[in-house]
Amino acid sequence: MAPATRPRDLYAELVRTGPGAALARKAGLPRPALLRRFEAGAPLLVGPALVLTVGSGASAFRTREAGGALASLLTRAGADVQLELAEQGQRLGAVVVDATGATDVGDLAALGLALGPAVRRLAPSSRVILVGRTPGDDDVEAAAVQQGLEGITRTVGKELRAGATANLLRLSSGAGAAELAGPLAFVASPRSAFVDGQVIEVARSAHDDDARDALSRSERPLEGAVAVVTGAARGIGRATAQVLARQGAHVVVVDVPAASGDLARTANGVRGEALALDVTAGDAPARLAEHLGRRLGERRLVVVHNAGITRDRLLVNLDAARWESVLAVNLAAPLRLTEALVEADLLGGGARVVGVSSTSGLAGNRGQANYAASKAGVAGMVRALAPRLAELGGTANAVAPGFIETEMTAKIPPVLRQLGRRTASLQQGGLPVDVAETVAWLAEPASVGVTGQVVRVCGQALVGA
Amino acid sequence: MATSTAPPHASSGQPRGGPGAPREALRDVEALRDVVVVAADRTPFSRAGRAYARASSQDLLAAALDGLTARTGLAGERLGTVVAGSVLRHSTDLNLTREALLSSALAPTTPTTDLAMACATGLEAAVIVANAIRVGQIDSGIAGGADSASDAPLVVGDDLRRTLLAARAARSATQRLKALAGLRPSAVRIEAPRNAEPRTGLSMGEHAALTAAAWGISREAQDELAAHSHHALAAAWDGGFFDDLVTTYLGLRRDDVLRPSTTVEALAALKPVFGRDLPADQPGAASMTAGNSTPLTDGAAVVLLASRAWAQERSLPVLARMVDAEAAAVDFVTGTDGLLTAPVYAMPRLLDRIGWTLQDADVLEIHEAFASTVLATLAAWESEEFCRERLGRPALGAVDRARLNPVGSSLATGHPFAATGGRVLATAAKQLHRLATSRGADDDDATPDRKPRALISVCAAGGQGVVMALEAA
Repeated sequence: MAPATRPRDLYAELVRTGPGAALARKAGLPRPALLRRFEAGAPLLVGPALVLTVGSGASAFRTREAGGALASLLTRAGADVQLELAEQGQRLGAVVVDATGATDVGDLAALGLALGPAVRRLAPSSRVILVGRTPGDDDVEAAAVQQGLEGITRTVGKELRAGATANLLRLSSGAGAAELAGPLAFVASPRSAFVDGQVIEVARSAHDDDARDALSRSERPLEGAVAVVTGAARGIGRATAQVLARQGAHVVVVDVPAASGDLARTANGVRGEALALDVTAGDAPARLAEHLGRRLGERRLVVVHNAGITRDRLLVNLDAARWESVLAVNLAAPLRLTEALVEADLLGGGARVVGVSSTSGLAGNRGQANYAASKAGVAGMVRALAPRLAELGGTANAVAPGFIETEMTAKIPPVLRQLGRRTASLQQGGLPVDVAETVAWLAEPASVGVTGQVVRVCGQALVGA
Repeated sequence: MATSTAPPHASSGQPRGGPGAPREALRDVEALRDVVVVAADRTPFSRAGRAYARASSQDLLAAALDGLTARTGLAGERLGTVVAGSVLRHSTDLNLTREALLSSALAPTTPTTDLAMACATGLEAAVIVANAIRVGQIDSGIAGGADSASDAPLVVGDDLRRTLLAARAARSATQRLKALAGLRPSAVRIEAPRNAEPRTGLSMGEHAALTAAAWGISREAQDELAAHSHHALAAAWDGGFFDDLVTTYLGLRRDDVLRPSTTVEALAALKPVFGRDLPADQPGAASMTAGNSTPLTDGAAVVLLASRAWAQERSLPVLARMVDAEAAAVDFVTGTDGLLTAPVYAMPRLLDRIGWTLQDADVLEIHEAFASTVLATLAAWESEEFCRERLGRPALGAVDRARLNPVGSSLATGHPFAATGGRVLATAAKQLHRLATSRGADDDDATPDRKPRALISVCAAGGQGVVMALEAA
């Protein structure tokens, strides 16, 4: 069977033509930009990165280098760093602010005033990255100020145009450059094209050596990992398998036997292997554990619980079958499979569990009580799992896709579909590859500081942010 | 599981002699390497003209290869060989297996061979690949076959063909016209391939009807076997037996010949299609219907064979060990043997060589070309008279019918000729693996002190047949 062609966003295509763009500009209609996405060999940023330091308190980074730790991390990641905004010249690829020392209310205004001129100079598909601290309870004003960074980030995200994004990385106590390096490189890179308006907590890890080691071989950071992706016959699952393989993982793709033809195509395309398995079957956890036990060897395991279904009805019309099937696939299966892998001792050193939540789960969505329950449940699952995996340097996180152009969202009625696309800051739906890139980033050794979190891949959707 | 009554010779240390004597050269068999069945894949089988109406044998074979490659994670790898074939061949299929391989995800550096042995093509391909592995020539290989009865080749008549060839060879327009002028309207006819034996003019069904009549195989017994095949196959599908043996193709998820709800009564209502010219008072005459015969089918099946070391290196599981195989042929033209009875001769030769009895088989897979073929084969092995006179040995004895085609066979799956061998081999290997796993898990079971065994029998047009012995890995 020919693979289904990706649903097209005809509006976005129209306003990217000359006359279409002129018309949209006149009428004040949204003009979604063509997002810059990963391309092998392409530079990290479209222009130089301006690094600013704001705050009356001490920075979290104990370094006396010019520009501090952020400048050196960005340089290592391949950016051309500037410490002052040049009078004129090339448009900026990014503005990155060390606001870890922002402790006074006045620091917020200072940050905004410093950011303004830089934002004016941003190039299309550029990045605004704030680095702050996780608000604590020892200093009330500092906590308030740090929380304030969130408001600035999310607002800037909504004001930016032309495919630029704004995100906040927040260091928790003790976390430093080693843990920050991976997340910083990701939000700066085109791999995070549809990650916008997000707050990502970066925690201290006893295994930050992993992160340091990883950075030195960042070309294929998943080399030596075996990644399992459920629901990988099509859509986001297939894209995830492709990106994980591109990043060096050996991929085992799983889907129901009825989808085995498409699954084989996914597997062969990434030189991985196919396992036809209904994740809700009683023996599925045992079979998956057995299969991986045989194949894993010394390699670390990445598990991506992507398989998911929808059975939409208003709550008052939801019957037992619709509740049970959605909960079984979307929530019970990830729980059971993870449990079996833990028991079989397969989630050892450096393991990664990535759940797939949904903005519908986080914000609620009319007609999706069952789906939202399951997807919010996934967020709870990874939060509870994270401390258990942390001892061995493992992490558990979830991605929460917003409106992604897949066969699933192609079934949404046209008006709602347009709303879903245009109400995001990036004014468009994301692509399966956008979710896949985020999953693959969470799977990297360098993401060891990110755990127990839900990272939305939603173009800063109006809901669920 | 109760064992059937063993024939007297089975336990009495019957001295081997005559046709069943082990051959001298085979004493070196210990020096040969083990060959194991690693994995298998097939398309769901489809009645001709349905789901795969627009797919060629090559498409089907490539799809099966891709399914196997994905299941074993072998994309981009070079294997020792791929041996496969088809029965209904287009003149353009001169390199069928090679072309299918080039369409597949396997490394293009994998050599291939096309093979033809009618309905035994797939199983004979496995024998050839296995032997190359056994002697150490190669470490891995795929055996299989594909057939599309939907996409069957049509051939123009000899007169028209000769005229067209002459016209093509002509050096001038005048000569070409002259050549074409010789064409008579009567020459323009198209010959579709027929399921008939060139030497007897009888269709395979008519041949099978002769055998059914000769052995007095009743209509009821045939319909019962057919119903069992459908019910067993349906249960196997429902139980997930084929989850790691079949990859969906062109939207088809299951064999569409399968009728899970068919009954002996429904089958009994069908009109006979073969053997209608036989004397009506003869038992077994006019007993063969569309329900207890296989329909024309499209599909492909492939099996991955390897040395144990090769499988181990790749952490691949092994389903079964291939013990040995034997081919036989009968004189159905001038002799008294039925067209599809060659396995009757092949099986005792194989059993005697490896020292097994028919009752040793925990799984007995007999290809259901027709229900009557299976029943006639069993009847022959049970007949003291036949075995003494024609095989020169005591009867092989009866088999426990619970062990016969336990997950259904060709009556329910359909029979894409060259694909059947791969299907049967995979089915047998998987059952052995399951038996070995469940026996291992259940310590209370009075486990016999040997590994589960399987015997396979596939008959073929031209009076040929191949049988094979397998043991749990």
